[in-house]
Amino acid sequence: MTETARSQTAPIEGPDPEKVKAELLAKYPPKVARKRAKQIIVNRLEPGDKVPEINANVRTVPGLMSQRGCCYAGCKGVVLGPTRDIVNITHGPIGCGFYSWLTRRNQTDPDTTPDGHNFMTYCFSTDMQEKEIIFGGEKKLRQAIQEAYDNFKPKAIAVFATCPVGLIGDDIHSVCREMKAALGINVFGFSCEGYKGVSQSAGHHIANNQIFKHVVGLDDTIGAGEFRVNLLGEYNIGGDAFEIERIFEKCGITTVATFSGNSSIDAFANSHTADLNLIMCHRSINYVAEMMEKKFGVPWIKINFIGAEATAKSLRKIAAYFDDPALTERVEAVIAEELPAVQAARDDIRPRTAGKRAMLFVGGSRAHHYQELFRELGMRTLSAGYEFAHRDDYEGRKVLPGVKVDADSRNIEELDVCQDPDRYRPRKTPEELAALSAKGLEFKDYQGMMPEMPEGSMVIDDISQFETDLMIEKYRPDIFCAGIKEKYMIQKHGIPMKQLHSYDYGGPYAGFKGAVNFYREIDRMVNSRVWGYLKAPWQTNPELAATYAWE
Amino acid sequence: MRKIAIYGKGGIGKSTTTQNTVAGLAEMGLKVMVVGCDPKADSTRLLLHGLAQRTVLDTLRDEGEDVELEDVRKEGFGKILCTESGGPEPGVGCAGRGIITSINLLEQLGAYAESEALDYVFYDVLGDVVCGGFAMPIREGKAQEIYIVVSGEMMAMYAANNICKGIVKFAEAGGVRLGGLICNSRKVDNEREMIEALADRLGTHMIHFVPRDNMVQRAEINRKTVIDFEPDHPQAEEYRTLARKIAENQLKVIPKPMAIEDLEKLLIDYGIAA
Repeated sequence: MTETARSQTAPIEGPDPEKVKAELLAKYPPKVARKRAKQIIVNRLEPGDKVPEINANVRTVPGLMSQRGCCYAGCKGVVLGPTRDIVNITHGPIGCGFYSWLTRRNQTDPDTTPDGHNFMTYCFSTDMQEKEIIFGGEKKLRQAIQEAYDNFKPKAIAVFATCPVGLIGDDIHSVCREMKAALGINVFGFSCEGYKGVSQSAGHHIANNQIFKHVVGLDDTIGAGEFRVNLLGEYNIGGDAFEIERIFEKCGITTVATFSGNSSIDAFANSHTADLNLIMCHRSINYVAEMMEKKFGVPWIKINFIGAEATAKSLRKIAAYFDDPALTERVEAVIAEELPAVQAARDDIRPRTAGKRAMLFVGGSRAHHYQELFRELGMRTLSAGYEFAHRDDYEGRKVLPGVKVDADSRNIEELDVCQDPDRYRPRKTPEELAALSAKGLEFKDYQGMMPEMPEGSMVIDDISQFETDLMIEKYRPDIFCAGIKEKYMIQKHGIPMKQLHSYDYGGPYAGFKGAVNFYREIDRMVNSRVWGYLKAPWQTNPELAATYAWE
Repeated sequence: MRKIAIYGKGGIGKSTTTQNTVAGLAEMGLKVMVVGCDPKADSTRLLLHGLAQRTVLDTLRDEGEDVELEDVRKEGFGKILCTESGGPEPGVGCAGRGIITSINLLEQLGAYAESEALDYVFYDVLGDVVCGGFAMPIREGKAQEIYIVVSGEMMAMYAANNICKGIVKFAEAGGVRLGGLICNSRKVDNEREMIEALADRLGTHMIHFVPRDNMVQRAEINRKTVIDFEPDHPQAEEYRTLARKIAENQLKVIPKPMAIEDLEKLLIDYGIAA
């Protein structure tokens, strides 16, 4: 049992979770109930951080209103969307491009690259029409790439395939190769048709593969900085990456590349020269970290900058890795300098938030990371779950050897990566790594969400709208965190709802300043009395009655 | 107006049989329209004496929405109205979607209108029923009767059985029925008996046995149907007979596709192994 979980072993207040689980399943036909039973788990903590097995990354049962998005959303929207200087062209009918246009509040700072390019505010689409569906869309795609080049002279153009492109078989990759040769800039494609895989997770994997194949390693220049790291799986929602960069700078840690908040393609190309990969969102980006380690020898560790304590802990991990007294001293100085303001805010707010209860159903790591912030506010996470995570994100990477690879996952390409003959450079000797591990620095590991959740919490994978409704009814949490699709149905229950994909209008919530922002936001939300006044018309007035005209 | 679709395995002679048969119907004084549903756009070549047709989809692409019926329809032998759906080159795009678009456009342009006074519309459809687009002529009552061109060769019979599965799927919803099998002979042993048995098992009949004759090829190389090229040849008479049988046909059924094992057994009983 981990320390955090041990500190919260008091039983969950409210109805018995096993009974609630039975009630959640009772509505389903037997086959669906059997499937969902494996995805709705009452957490137990056994010695050695053993937690119950949960089924994840499996198909959503048709008819269940899922939170999930599609493969294209994961690839274009999540992973590549935040990169400002790649022209991202959606190859498909206009809807996919338009509705994935800047919906995630990824921020970026164009002034940090010399050309100042920023194409994130544009929406590029080939606007396929019936003509292209019938006769093929390659010609129009070629034209779109040319047009984008002529107008914007970008360093790179990326092409994203939507469902119909896969159905009619447009060969986007050959078009990209051809245009790359013709234009002399990097042009590459993603076969991320929406129907692939069981959720957006497939799109993350495809994005990782192509970025690794077409970009990472193109620029071997070793830049300035003594302690050079990449920040992976940090998407700069509401300025999170800015806050982390601020702290790094103060500590003297150099960010080579962020995948992909506040990012530029040049930084991706150079990212293999960093000496350590830091993984925030394990689910969406671990593939790149694994491949970079295999090919270039860059080790990776899991860190978390959500929560002030977690931030301090993560900074100490980085210092431990580089094992440099000056760095360690600076890191400690920064923590000592930053924490008092956080502590002061917490001391002020915590009396008003302590004992309140939260539910988090979001993402592939946020449902885990944000429990940290709630803990700092003295709040309890009753129930949590991911939209698109896999078993290792719940139970920890130790279960990886036993994870069944099903047909849906096999459908997604797994790159065969080997050591680069010239550029593979182990950053630490095996002895050094072993010594660091002995000191508690775990490489290539993620403990998962469940070992850090108290006994009796309900862990629900790919929660449905019906299950959300029932969970709210049963437990009446003080706050519910999810995404925009869930926002209003939750608010209709009279429960404050915080979006953890886009942060509503707020942020940053990462790092020290972010923690303070989050404390204030949650204080404001859980202590607002407005939700108590909210009554639907049918709660105050009787239902409408009527008679048939012939009666 | 009777709306008829001709299906069958690729290369079985659907276009040749269709054109020769509609030539026979035209001779009987009937007004016929042929809609070619093959991206190769060669379903009306013999009626038009060459590949002179602008396809519906090419026209739609080049002219935008401003298309007139006259742009995509030509009169051929015996005043037969000829249209070609057309489609993408092999290996790109979606020919199935093309056929859907094309038939919808023909409808909008009034190609099937009462004023056209058509007695017959024939859809000549590429190969097997490969996807939703190629099933378009049998969906939503666009065609009411299907004739399957078949021969005594095993794969042709497999294809015929497969097409029957497609017909069953749409029969209940769209009211389409199987009118019969047309045997386009390949001079396989026991061919007539075998196709009669197959028809029987499928719950239909072999409407006509078209013997193999080189005259068909000779007429084809001259870009004509046999009726057009050598009206007095016995083969012309065969097509006239087929045309008459179709005109008089009353047997229209929902087929009963066979299990693969039964189909194979039939081949063994009547085929080479017999």
